Amino acid sequence: MHSEPAVISAEGLRKRLGSIDAVAGLDLAVPQGSICGFLGRNGAGKTTTIKMLMGMTRPDGGEGRIFGEPIDHEVASVRIRQKTGFVAEVKEFYPFFTVQQMIDFTRAFYPQWRNDWERRCLREYELPLERKAGKLSKGMGSKLALLLAFSRGAELLILDEPTDGLDPIAIEAFLQHVVALAGEGQTIFFSSHQLQEVEQVCDRVCLIDRGKAVLETDLDEAKTRFRKVSITFPDAVPERLFEGTGVGRLKVRGRSASLLVNGDVEAVAARARQAGATEVDFAPVSLKEIFLETVGGEQ
Amino acid sequence: MLFRIHPDSGTPIYVQLMEQVMHAIETGALRPGEQLPAIRALAEDTVTNPNTVAKAYRELEHEGVIELRQGLGAYVRAGVSSAREAEAMKQAHRAMGAAVAVMRKLRLSEASMRRVFEAELTRDQEVREAVSLRR
Repeated sequence: MHSEPAVISAEGLRKRLGSIDAVAGLDLAVPQGSICGFLGRNGAGKTTTIKMLMGMTRPDGGEGRIFGEPIDHEVASVRIRQKTGFVAEVKEFYPFFTVQQMIDFTRAFYPQWRNDWERRCLREYELPLERKAGKLSKGMGSKLALLLAFSRGAELLILDEPTDGLDPIAIEAFLQHVVALAGEGQTIFFSSHQLQEVEQVCDRVCLIDRGKAVLETDLDEAKTRFRKVSITFPDAVPERLFEGTGVGRLKVRGRSASLLVNGDVEAVAARARQAGATEVDFAPVSLKEIFLETVGGEQ
Repeated sequence: MLFRIHPDSGTPIYVQLMEQVMHAIETGALRPGEQLPAIRALAEDTVTNPNTVAKAYRELEHEGVIELRQGLGAYVRAGVSSAREAEAMKQAHRAMGAAVAVMRKLRLSEASMRRVFEAELTRDQEVREAVSLRR
């Protein structure tokens, strides 16, 4: 689908934290110009992955590249960071700087600074310019971090839970900004727990569970491939018939069963009909349903 | 024209955009030769990924509904729809309206109605395929 070269790529990326494999062989490809949503439960390995991409922690194994440069090479990592706008999970600033001073200070580092984006973010995020950065609420902190990342004229944005603490109006502004930046050709990779916002603006999704990518695809393709299949039998549901066919668990209610299927829906339907199913229905599913079935399993 | 996107519907957004463009043409809200919104503008208006809008436009071009002119934008193709098609759509709407009314009387939920419609489409497709195989 995407023929564009990957801006971010990872193969078998690993990171051990204590006794836990925080990232356990992650494969990832984020095509140029895409908006990729990085999804997973708490502790799935999202932040650790992002820290490795940004050169803040070294992988224990595997390979990661951004703009073709190795992420674990110090000099290359500086070159990566020059072209990458980053919003960390914990939004921290120099506490005694005012918002205005923080912006002026950051601007000085980036010759590509975008005054138009600075103005747009100031206007739409309604940031209090005179307030000390250390006294910002969580949401205001997120907004300031976004302003600084969006205005620096980057080629790639890596955002770790950028909408954390934002109110619905600010989230809408954020989504509009992301779409506009993608329209300018920037590549955007962001982690989120808000499936709806991901569903709205992302063309790629990477779903990570226990340190591994369990789904990494174009969102359109996922929506085309995944179907909820509902089956009704004249008698009891022959549950064993469906072992290993679906994603997640077979849900049985009386003589009916439903199952999320990735891909060969017809094969499942044929098998059900052969076993005497009286009714087989397919329904499209939302990203939320895909998420719940894919990572919601036995924990 | 106004686009309304439902991101959490199971239908891919590019398909929703395609359907809405086609619907606008069928109802005459968009006429042959008229220009569609620019990709970036439409992406920002609908808060949709520009790649998704571009994909919808490419598919519409592939289906012969619109024409993409390099650097100039997207235009509805001449002769793409006709009054006859608009009339056919009107009749189809009436038929579906009647079907919905019947299903309401049967106290079916909207989800069930959709399932019935999808199932009938699938069945119809299967019958057609079976017939064409026999030939």
